[in-house]
Amino acid sequence: MQVTSPVRPPLVTGGKTVSDVTQDISRHVENKPTKLWIIAFTLSLITLAYGSYCLWTTWYEGIGMWGLNKTIGWAWDITNFVWWVGIGHAGTLISAILLLFRQKWRTSINRAAEAMTIFAVICAASFIVAHMGRPWLAYWALPLPNAFGSLWVNFNSPLVWDVFAISTYFTVSLVFWYIGLVPDFATIRERATGVRRVVYGALSLGWDGSAKAWQRYEAVSLVLAGCSTPLVLSVHTIVSMDFATSVIPGWHATIFPPYFVAGAIFSGFAMVLTLMLITRVVFRLEDYITVEHIESMNKVIVLTGSIVGIAYLSEFFIAWYSHVPYESYTFINRAFGDDYWWAYWSMMTCNVISPQLFWFRTVRRSIAWTFLLSIVVNIGMWFERFVIIATSLSRDFLPSSWAYFSPTLYDIGDYLFTFGLFFTLFLLFAKFFPVVNMAEVKAIIKSSSAKKNTK
Amino acid sequence: MSKSTNYIIGVFNDEDVLMDAVGTLRSSGVKIQEAYTPFPVHGLDDALGYKPSNLPIAAFLFGLTGTICALLLTIGTMGYDWPMDIGGKPYIPLPNFIPVTFELTILLASLGMVATFLIISNLKPWGHDPFMFDGRSTDDKFLLVIDLDKNKLDKDALTNLFKQTGASEVNSKIVENH
Repeated sequence: MQVTSPVRPPLVTGGKTVSDVTQDISRHVENKPTKLWIIAFTLSLITLAYGSYCLWTTWYEGIGMWGLNKTIGWAWDITNFVWWVGIGHAGTLISAILLLFRQKWRTSINRAAEAMTIFAVICAASFIVAHMGRPWLAYWALPLPNAFGSLWVNFNSPLVWDVFAISTYFTVSLVFWYIGLVPDFATIRERATGVRRVVYGALSLGWDGSAKAWQRYEAVSLVLAGCSTPLVLSVHTIVSMDFATSVIPGWHATIFPPYFVAGAIFSGFAMVLTLMLITRVVFRLEDYITVEHIESMNKVIVLTGSIVGIAYLSEFFIAWYSHVPYESYTFINRAFGDDYWWAYWSMMTCNVISPQLFWFRTVRRSIAWTFLLSIVVNIGMWFERFVIIATSLSRDFLPSSWAYFSPTLYDIGDYLFTFGLFFTLFLLFAKFFPVVNMAEVKAIIKSSSAKKNTK
Repeated sequence: MSKSTNYIIGVFNDEDVLMDAVGTLRSSGVKIQEAYTPFPVHGLDDALGYKPSNLPIAAFLFGLTGTICALLLTIGTMGYDWPMDIGGKPYIPLPNFIPVTFELTILLASLGMVATFLIISNLKPWGHDPFMFDGRSTDDKFLLVIDLDKNKLDKDALTNLFKQTGASEVNSKIVENH
């Protein structure tokens, strides 16, 4: 017996029936693309084309095209990599961890959030490959026998762990996402004729919705969620170890794994909000992605944002408390030095102060505020990675080696490449795939629809 | 063997009515061929008398394979094939091998389980437009399909039984056997 609290607001508003869900979500897949979509898609393609030119030049000429120097060997490349991977984490969190916690509100947003994960990891991977300098030798990162050129990879190295973590994360996320899409493709197949029926027929893998198939589907979903939960935590833990296992002051910190994971969820939820606030308006999904959903996500943002804030303060405290002069110097230089104080204080403002506004219910439930703050949070999270990476490196142990990083056009162009790629992929997804998981939303219609509760 | 099979299909509008109908039909001795639903209905597999899926066991075994492969890979390369003296540290530092072992365990468990699921459920992208008793079962209708030849009751009795349990429609379908 399902007991729904009378005070709990409905997850799907507008008195939708099961059939309405099919109609509302399939409509976008079946209709001709809207003008708005075509404009957005064209802009993405232009960005992608310019970015591809920059990335090609970086590949062809080498990473000397970037603003790196002898002292600062990692800058925008790794900043962008960590930023994109972090953004990806929200999708898995929503689809896996919230599934294990039986949070029903995730059903309206998990499909788009998982798509975002997959595209964000692709963007992140482009920096991994580019920063190698010789991308055609990227396979050297794989454990291949010595005859292939390099020695066996060193399994003591966090960079090798990263290769395994990111590729596993990408594969498992992709599979999880696709398995969830199969029943929805079958719904579209049954409504379609002609070429579309053939295409969605193939995509649906011949799904027939029998009770036996659903039983297996649920078993697979649960185990994949169980696998993805520790996986997503491990990925950013390992990313943080790329820094934490080094001996660079400012990187060498045991606090990094939990701090990076919290930051990843923080930025990922912000990116989900940015995307979903646009998608719900463009595709008229206001009844599926309601203010309740937005508020729930904002609560996660204020929680993870506060964890990140405490982590910043702990780092500062430990830098002083440890009595390590290099560590103290690095942190004081970060915040008050001439070179990078602006980056540090942008980070503090965007990540620590601005999400605290979400303690106010009116801000949490305001679409305009949420949209603004979701972008502010991601700017802040970009600065966080830049501050960690570039300021720690800029003051080398010898003052004669001190350096400053200025991005070149190719740093910016390669970053634009990922934006172009991300939005091109996301727009294609939004047009041709059902953006909301129809089967899962249908399953909660009866217990959580507005119509039911008013009866 | 007859060349075709006669099916009788009860169409339901609501998952709770469907669940009650499954209970009523099974207690009056009707064998249900299969149920088709637009979304997973909790407890339907139990009500139909299906055994729990063994897929989690498959996932565990694939995961175990991943663990063993990863340990063989890391210990084999670092410890035996090309040992390197890194500051006099052990050749086989097991804690350092945890991340790769963990990732490969997850990777093989997930991929192996999904592959098993696709194979046993005959889900593949090519070669078939699946046979659907009623396409509306991917929209908002719930179907109960009964094979007439495998039941003692005749068509009229089953139709009545379906109507009593709350089916909105009762259809019949003759399917050519392949």
